[in-house]
Amino acid sequence: MQLYDQLTFNRQIFLRHRMRTFLLLLAVAIGVASVILLTSLGEGARRYIDREFSALGNRLLVVLPGRKETTGGAPPIYGSVPRDLTLEDANALARISGVLAMAPIIAGTTSVARGSRSREVITLGTTDAFFRVRKMDVGSGARLTARSQTEALAICVLGITLKRELFGSERALGEWVRVGDRRMRVVGVLEERGESLGLDMRDLLLIPVRTAEQLFDSPGLFRVIMDIAPSADSARIEQKILDTIGHRHDGDQDVTVVSQDAMLAAFNNILTAVTLAITAISSISLLVAGILIMNISLISVSQRRSEIGLLKAIGANSKQIKQLFVGESLMLI
Amino acid sequence: MIKLESINKTYLVGESPLRALRDVSLSISAGEYLSIMGPSGSGKSTLLNMIGLLDRPDSGRYWFDQVATETLNEEQRAQMRGENIGFIFQSFHLINRLTAFENVELPLMLARQPIKQRRKKVAEVLAMVGLTPRAGHKPNQLSGGQLQRVAIARAIVMRPRLLLADEPTGNLDSHSGREVIDVLEKLNNDGITLIMVTHDQQLGDRAKRHIRMIDGGVDSDSRHHPEALEDADAAL
Repeated sequence: MQLYDQLTFNRQIFLRHRMRTFLLLLAVAIGVASVILLTSLGEGARRYIDREFSALGNRLLVVLPGRKETTGGAPPIYGSVPRDLTLEDANALARISGVLAMAPIIAGTTSVARGSRSREVITLGTTDAFFRVRKMDVGSGARLTARSQTEALAICVLGITLKRELFGSERALGEWVRVGDRRMRVVGVLEERGESLGLDMRDLLLIPVRTAEQLFDSPGLFRVIMDIAPSADSARIEQKILDTIGHRHDGDQDVTVVSQDAMLAAFNNILTAVTLAITAISSISLLVAGILIMNISLISVSQRRSEIGLLKAIGANSKQIKQLFVGESLMLI
Repeated sequence: MIKLESINKTYLVGESPLRALRDVSLSISAGEYLSIMGPSGSGKSTLLNMIGLLDRPDSGRYWFDQVATETLNEEQRAQMRGENIGFIFQSFHLINRLTAFENVELPLMLARQPIKQRRKKVAEVLAMVGLTPRAGHKPNQLSGGQLQRVAIARAIVMRPRLLLADEPTGNLDSHSGREVIDVLEKLNNDGITLIMVTHDQQLGDRAKRHIRMIDGGVDSDSRHHPEALEDADAAL
């Protein structure tokens, strides 16, 4: 039998059983669509996380007080540590070669008030380097000044939501707000930006790190974020950090260094697993479609037994008959 | 042309075996017109299937054109069937989705003949059975007699030398049956060997040789005498 004949023969079968053909094609289409849809969903999530991280800057190292044998994931917010990671430690780390910028962070919550309006917000004590390592900027006004590294200036930068809550549409720059028991001048308002690494950048107060030290009455840093040179070897810098801290802490290397690569790798692993799981689930629907075709073929064969008998009687060999029926299934796919 | 020797065939009907053919020996020479008669379940159709190479005997030997068919594999049997044997069934067995023309074309298609040649041959046989004007109709637009004539056209389009008809008029009124028989006898006059299974005594009597089957065995054969067998052997 020639190919043309086979195609004609099978086409007539499909035309004759339009509904059956349509339903089968639908089943296959749904199966394939679900596989594609769900895998791209997983892949999309992975890309999204990738992008989130790259928005932070490509080479980021986070130093946390206390030793933790984990990589990636979210570290505890307020851990209690035997020995604080101090500002002096941080300044020592900033001198390691390959570190482009170092932002120490002291975190806490304070109430910010203006007149009768008051709001409890997360307050970060940091320096001008913070803007650099987190790749962010103020929408209006100025950043924290370089002097905020060494002096307890009474200035602050507001997140955009916080500014709206306290000032509404009024001008905030140059105004005074009460932070805890101190008065501080608003020097800038952060640009509009969403959440980043679990921190809502819109509802936030930034103050100089020395001011925060006094405000929270603690020399302990919440963490240190460092931007490292693209050409630098991050493993070497990590080791340098541990050495430096060990030197300053009487031999105890009691900090944890988390590199962005490690966080990214962890997320990637999780998301790859999720993608695989989703793919497996959607493969089931494809399998179901396949079984459906098998079933229909079976029905088709048993319904057309007499036709097969006839074809054999008029000289078809079993190879040709197989060819016809397998061809029918193939044409459906 | 055909020689059967002690053919046996047993089917399992449920649990119990049914001997459909017991020790059937038969020889048929080219150009014969043969009717096989007998009550239901006497093995007539089984014998026909055996002769038509659709079924294999459990034991016994079968020569078709001096070829021992037991040694052939399924492919070779299919080829032999396609080239030498035409089948006509009681219920026509036309494929409903195909037109009369396409139904007749089917054996040629399976034999991989080129399309042009196929068209010519199909037109010829349709003219022979008088159905040229109906070539484009589908089976549900044709009458019983016409359907059977389409089936005959399909059976002879490969120019077989043996035509096997299983109750060809069983589903037809007497007028249509008459038409069909006329066509078949005309083919026999042209030299084709015709073997017909029938219930109809009148029809069976028209054949030149009569075989009567009972309980899977040949009960009587109008030419079953030694000379005839020798003649047949000589013809082989």
